Amino acid sequence: MESLTNRKKVVSDKPMTLWEKIYIPAIVGGMMTTMKHMLRKRKTIKYPEETRVFAPVYRGQHVLKRDEQGRENCTACGLCAVACPAEAITMTSAERLKGEEHLYREEKYASSYEINMLRCIFCGLCEEACPKEAIFLTDRIVTTEFERDEFIYAKDKLVEAIDDRIDITKRQFTGKRTEK
Amino acid sequence: MDTAMLIEKSALVLLLFLISLGVAAYQTYFERKLAAWIQDRVGPDRAGPFGILQPIADGTKMFLKEDFIPAKADKWLFIIGPGISMFTALITSSVIPWGPNLNLFGRDISLQVADFNIGILFVFGVVSIGVYGIMIGGWASNNKYSLYGAIRASSQMISYELAMGISAITIVMLSGSLSLNDIVQSQHGINWNIFYQPVAFFIFFITSLAELNRAPFDLPECESELIGGYHTEYSSMKLGLYLFSEYTSMFVSAAIMSVLFFGGYNFPGMDAFSGNLLAVMCIAAFALKIFLFIFVIMWIRWTIPRFRFDQLMHLGWKVLIPVAIVNMLITGLVVAWNQGWM
Repeated sequence: MESLTNRKKVVSDKPMTLWEKIYIPAIVGGMMTTMKHMLRKRKTIKYPEETRVFAPVYRGQHVLKRDEQGRENCTACGLCAVACPAEAITMTSAERLKGEEHLYREEKYASSYEINMLRCIFCGLCEEACPKEAIFLTDRIVTTEFERDEFIYAKDKLVEAIDDRIDITKRQFTGKRTEK
Repeated sequence: MDTAMLIEKSALVLLLFLISLGVAAYQTYFERKLAAWIQDRVGPDRAGPFGILQPIADGTKMFLKEDFIPAKADKWLFIIGPGISMFTALITSSVIPWGPNLNLFGRDISLQVADFNIGILFVFGVVSIGVYGIMIGGWASNNKYSLYGAIRASSQMISYELAMGISAITIVMLSGSLSLNDIVQSQHGINWNIFYQPVAFFIFFITSLAELNRAPFDLPECESELIGGYHTEYSSMKLGLYLFSEYTSMFVSAAIMSVLFFGGYNFPGMDAFSGNLLAVMCIAAFALKIFLFIFVIMWIRWTIPRFRFDQLMHLGWKVLIPVAIVNMLITGLVVAWNQGWM
């Protein structure tokens, strides 16, 4: 039969020769192996000081985008919450009042928008479901916390600041933006 | 004994004590680093630059832990056990010649605390007492695993002490003295005993590993079978003392191996120097040899798996002792021939 791997070895129970019985060559061979490992370059990334380079399609912490004039894109349609397989997203909608046109792009907006980062599996389905280009996953890491409550991210953490926009173009090489 | 002598000996004892403890502490760090390197890891690197403060952190942790004595344990023996281990580990360093005489303040200061004429016997005697620390600790714990560890330690010690002694006798035959100082001085320059007694060195090295309870002979404390062996019930600094005494004995036994077989503080080309410069260079050469031995011992630990107990006994009684005896007989015949006794 054809061998499946190139590591196949025929096992035999023939008695050991004297050379094998004194074990010293085998021990020296083993020590050479460990020495080789000792001199090898470490591949460890010392995390807080060094961070690894993410793949362009990395899916990290979400962002709720604003448009060019600084208005929130989200209209609280709930499609992201429906699409979410982990049921991590909750929101309540509200009607835009007069004088709030500079805050929200359309008549309806999300008065609260929460993502439970402990439930989220970072699949990116919310981003795919969103018809308003409001929610995107970014290359930011969700930080560790001591309390469970602190993992429920509300709008203060999710919505990008007007003067500090989050770049989401890195993941958009599939031309999805033009589709939408 | 005059006062200056008393002062210089006390200073030397204190210095040796501190150096032994310091070296033992940094051996733990080096051991962890080496283990990490062999396993393609980085090792401790958080405490201080490159993690060099790790031993201090470990020691502090040991001191701050709860010092627990089991209710069924024999309290006094339980306390004495680690003390004996540490004591025997430290006291052996007193007969080792750390270098040639140093000239300070117009006095010739010997770098050997006590130049016994039976230095090598003293070393063997103290090392044998070392097993009492383990035995008493394991017995007093009143725990079957501890007792198993203690029994294994003592039987291993008895089996390997024989081969160790017989292989060391050849060195005594060659140098004609039991004093460690004479043995070192007979190996002047590169005239080391290893070139005359490679077999004896090999046996001595293997038996030293067994006496140290180091892998591949770490049966007294094998974690997988005996949950730590004789120190299963120990905690806090008592456990720390056991672990520490193991590293101290490793340092001392590396020193003894270099004294007996690798010329102690002698190094090739040492005749070109003299005075204090020579002494300092000799100490450096000695330290280098000790470091290399410690490195090899650790390297072996992280390479070779543990022996099974019957294999250990087989190796000790059926292999090492016969080879050591044959080696001793041949050496005896050659020495007798050279002396013209035959």
